[in-house]
Formats: sequence, C-alpha cells, structure tokens
Amino acid sequence: MKKRVLATLLSAVMLVSLAACGSNGGSNDTGSAGGSTGGSTSGSTTTTTTTTTDSGSSSGALIKVGIINNDPNESGYRTANDADLKAMFTEANGYEASFAYSLKNDEQITAAQKFIQDGVDYLLLSAADTAGWDSVLKDAQDAGISVILFDRTIDADESLYEASIVSDMAKEGETAVNWLAGQGLSEYNVIHIQGVMGSAAQQGRTGALDDKVKAEASWNLVTQQTAEWNAEKAQQIVQSVIDSGESFNVIYAENDDMAKGAVAALDSAGISHGVGKDVIVMGFDCNKWALEELLNKNWNYDGQCNPFQASYIDEIIKTLESGGTISQKTIIMDEKGFDAATITQADVDQYGI
Amino acid sequence: MNTLKKITKNQLFIPLAALLILAMFNLIMDPGFFKITLGQNNMGNYVLSGYLITILDSGSELAILAIGMTLVTAASGGQDISVGAVIAIGGSAMLRVLCGNDPKPAQLHAPIIVAFLVSCIVCMLFGAFNGTLVAYFKIQPMVATLIMYTAGRSIAAWINNNTLPVISPTASPSFAYFGGFIPGIPIPTPVFIAIICMIIIALVLKFTNLGLYTQSVGINESSSKLNGLNPQAIKLLSFVILGLCVAVAALIKVSRIQTINYSVIAKDIEMDAILAVALGGNALSGGKFNMPASIIGAYVIQFLTTTLYKFKVQSDALPAYKAVVVILLVVLSAPVVREYLSGLKKKIKAGGKEVA
Repeated sequence: MKKRVLATLLSAVMLVSLAACGSNGGSNDTGSAGGSTGGSTSGSTTTTTTTTTDSGSSSGALIKVGIINNDPNESGYRTANDADLKAMFTEANGYEASFAYSLKNDEQITAAQKFIQDGVDYLLLSAADTAGWDSVLKDAQDAGISVILFDRTIDADESLYEASIVSDMAKEGETAVNWLAGQGLSEYNVIHIQGVMGSAAQQGRTGALDDKVKAEASWNLVTQQTAEWNAEKAQQIVQSVIDSGESFNVIYAENDDMAKGAVAALDSAGISHGVGKDVIVMGFDCNKWALEELLNKNWNYDGQCNPFQASYIDEIIKTLESGGTISQKTIIMDEKGFDAATITQADVDQYGI
Repeated sequence: MNTLKKITKNQLFIPLAALLILAMFNLIMDPGFFKITLGQNNMGNYVLSGYLITILDSGSELAILAIGMTLVTAASGGQDISVGAVIAIGGSAMLRVLCGNDPKPAQLHAPIIVAFLVSCIVCMLFGAFNGTLVAYFKIQPMVATLIMYTAGRSIAAWINNNTLPVISPTASPSFAYFGGFIPGIPIPTPVFIAIICMIIIALVLKFTNLGLYTQSVGINESSSKLNGLNPQAIKLLSFVILGLCVAVAALIKVSRIQTINYSVIAKDIEMDAILAVALGGNALSGGKFNMPASIIGAYVIQFLTTTLYKFKVQSDALPAYKAVVVILLVVLSAPVVREYLSGLKKKIKAGGKEVA
C-alpha cells in the first residue's frame, strides 16, 4: 500500500516537473533561431503541435503537410533543421503544417497514423530508425498521401515514397580530404578524432580519410580515436599526443565541438594553429561560432552538413502539385566546405547554424 | 608480519597499490611518462606540461565529485547516478546568467562569481530534490536519482532555450582561467580548485561531527535515531553537499571549453565517481568511509584513463578496462572470497610452520 502511494506521488512529481518545463519553454521563447524551441517540451518524447492559426475556413487553397521530425533538442543541427522547416511551411507560403517530434520510432509511427487519419496531403518524415515503416507508408499510399523523406533514409521499398532528400556524409568527407590534399603539405601527420562509432556521420567522414591514408605514403595517422562528439574527450586525446612528444600538423575532427576541444589542448601547449600556422584545424557542421573561428583564421576548414532541406521539399511539392514528376528518388543536397582563406562574413551569416 | 598485515589492512592500501602498479607499468614501458616540461602557451604564459600534469588537471573534477559521492554512499548506502546530468544543469544555469538571452554575448551580463553562486544554488536544489526522495520517501538512491539522470540533460537544454552559448575570449578572458591557467601561474587552475575542496572537506570532517554522524547513520539508522540524530536530515545534507561538489565540477567543465553541449558534457562521469569510491575501499552499502582513499581512487581512474590514451587504446574501449577493475574489486571484497583468502593464509602459515 505504502509503495503504491509512493509510486503515485512520484509519477505526479514527474508529471508536474515536465509540465512546468513545457509551459516555461514556450513562454520563455526569445525568438532566436526562428523560435525553434516553440512548443517542444524538454523532458517528454512526443509533442504534436499545429502551428496554423484559425483563419482556416479558406484553407481549401492550403496544402496540408504533416511533418514528423526528431526532437529539436537533439543537436544544433536539428534545431536549425526544425527552424528551417517552420519558416518554410507557413500559411503565407500556402501550407497548413502540423509537427510531431520524437526520437522514438514507434511514437513517430503513431504520429504518422494520426496524420493519415487527419487526411494530410503530404507526409514529411525524418525517421528515428530505418526499420518498421513499410505498413504505415502503405496506408499513406492507399489514402493518397505522398510521402517525402528528409535527412534520413529508411529501409522501405522506393515506391512507397516520392523522394528522399539526404546528406551524403561520404561526400562531405571526400570534400574535406580533397581540400586537405590541396594544401600541398610535404607530409600529413593527422590526429583523427572520430564521432560516435557507427553513426552515419562518423562512417562517411572517416571513410574518405582512411582511404587517403592507405593510398598515400606521405599521409600518416598519428592517432585515430573516437571522442564520441565530446569536446573534453577530444581535448584529452590531443593532450595525450602532445605529452608523448609526437609531431603532427593536421587535426581532423568530425564535428566542431571536438575541434574546439582539440584547439583548447593546442592552446595550452603553445602550439600555433590556423591559416599559415603549424597545425591545420578541420571541423564539420558549420556552427556559427566555428565559422567565426575560420573568419579569425584560427581554424582552417569547416565542412557543411546541410540542415536546410525545406526549400528542396517545397520545390518537390510544387512540382507534384503542378502535375510534374520527380526525375530522381534520392536527392543529395549541395554541401559546401569552407576555407578560412576565402570565407566571408556573409557566409557565416548564411550558413552558420 | 604484523606490520605487513597492518599495511594491507589499511584502507589506503588498495588505491595506493593500484596507483603504484600503474606508475611502475608506465616507468617500465616509457620513463618519458614522468617528464614534466615548462613551455609557453598561446597566450604567452609559462605553463607546465606532461602526463603527470595532465592527470592532476583532468582528474580534478572527478576528485571533487568523489568527495560528495563518498558522503552520499556512506549516509544512504546508495549512489547518486545523476551527477553528470546535474553538471549539465549547473553549467547551463551558469551560462544562462553570464550570457542572458544572447548565446554569443559581446560582454558578460553578470560577474562570474554571481553566475557560479547561482549554479551552486541550482545544483544544491537538485541535490535536495534527490535527497528528499531518498531520505523522506525512502526510495532506493539509484532509483530516485534515475529521475534526474533521465530528465537532467533536457532540463539543461531548456534553461538556455536550446541554444548553445559560447563565451568568447573577447567577452571575458578570465572565464577560461578556471579550466585552464591563470596568467603567471604555471599549474592548471583545476588542480588548485580540487586542493581547496579537499582542504575544506578535511577541515569540516575534523572540526564538525559530520563524519561521525554520516557513518553512524549509514551503519545503523535506527540506533543513531535513538541516540538523538536525525538520519533523514543527515542523508539530505549529504546530497546537498554532493550538489555543491557538482556545481564546482560544472564550473571547471564549462570553463575548459567555454561552451556546453548538453548531451555529452560530463557523460558517464557518475560511473567514474562511484568507481572512485569503490576503489577507495569504501563499502558501497554505506557506513564507514575514508575520504582520502576515495580521492586517491579518483586519481587512479584518471591515471588509468591517461595511460590508456597514451597507449592509443581505442577510447570507446576504456569502459571495458574500467569494468575489469570493478570486477576485480567487487570479487575481492565479496565475503565469500575474503573468507577463502583468509583460510588460505592460515593454511600457508600452518604449512610454513611445519616446514620450519
């Protein structure tokens, strides 16, 4: 009996605390980054919000889209991605959009079923997991709903969706490695700091460098370690190489955070880095602060992982609405690599996330 | 024979022996491990560097957390697994005060000391929340702190509206001092912060009854109650003290990189802190504790981590090595094994006599 009371109390406490987060999260919205935190509660896993206002009697002209995304709290990339979608799918642009967020596949599938029942015209999906989508996408097809995948692909038959808009992580890695090769160093001694092993970003960005090191005699890996996207771990890994006295001239970090940690270790050891200095620093993701480091010539290169898929989706929907067909199922987005020697303030403002 | 027994019986024996083994291993493999050099950093200050300095520097947060974790373990007979998540909360609160609503402020909105005090209060409140669940609602500490373990990082993200504040050196050059170097002093600041924490806890344990009360509550709650102690208040207090330790660790962590990443900052540090307490030979079921042993345990873990980095062991394999240490410790301290070992000792002794 006592235990039951306790359990009830506990769950009540949790609920209250979560609710508190939610309401404050909404009211505290400063409007920065397009108000990305909008209606997402920080503790819970799924939230569904309809962003359209109630002027909707004339909504016959509006295209109804249901958007299923991962939780914008996940990372800076996701925050930018969500803000981009929210900015594009507005009534002013002719859309009536509903959003559902979850990091869990089953909750996303439930949200998809709800959108199908609501009779949306388009279902936009960034799936948490690649498996388990066949039956619900079949339902969507039967109901005449077009499905567009963004950011992540799924293991389902291609006929079940209209298009898939993704980043090519391997190409991101290649762009970066080609840039590095273009620096014309006589010897490349690389500290390679990897992301969480097995993630798509890690595999793509590691693959290109691994191939190059295997192919060229003048390319060596001083160390190849995963810091699991963690700046402190990256700092310790680089510190360890510095302490050992081994020489290196390139830091290839698979995201900006880890590059920042690595640079902290360089700074405290008095090793110069950046344009025309001893060590070349490379990062990925194009965070605004990272691009500013490039602008100040403290880092050398930052590879983009493009979170701005909304315009691509918009184009596809416009094509389908006007009766056209999509020539390619898989659309790979343009992704840039920024060089500290050529980056401008305009780039920072436009591409920084 | 007696002196040897005394030494091995001493609680400091296990962590010191572990430290010695690691040091010997490194000495044999590469004596350069112990080299310390004086060089200039990029700010033009003279600083010491070398593996030993790295260990002292990076081990600071863990040593500070081990202080609080030892008290919590002793008083409640359980561990707090939410310290990593609460570090995220404390760090986030600190940055929120420093940056206001602007993730990249041109100058700080508040003095660092104010932000630190706010972070202390926040962390102590979360500690009190955990402590209340444990002391007054009698929930298993690991289960009670599981709540914050799960929700903490989301709360941290919410505090800053999901933005990632960055404090640039132009906004405040001194913010980086806490995790780096103060100009003119060649030893990393975290080392000093850790030493200050150790001195404070040593004084507190010497001049107050905190140690005695904590141990008596851990050993027998009802008898300490009969003796006029308030076990619940003492358990709560231990969690609040841990909260304070967490806030100090959060300051160092955030200052190291002058920004925060809610999902990875201080990830899995709770496990290291618990391991430090266990390495110190403290019973994880509560009761008697030895503070210096825990702190040395923390540095042993950092020593191990740095050694593994030196030998380029894949860093995602580090937990496996730590697991081996845990298994050894747990097995060695299990009553069954202890009995068997002491039986074995007697046999050897008896055998020795016969030969003689």
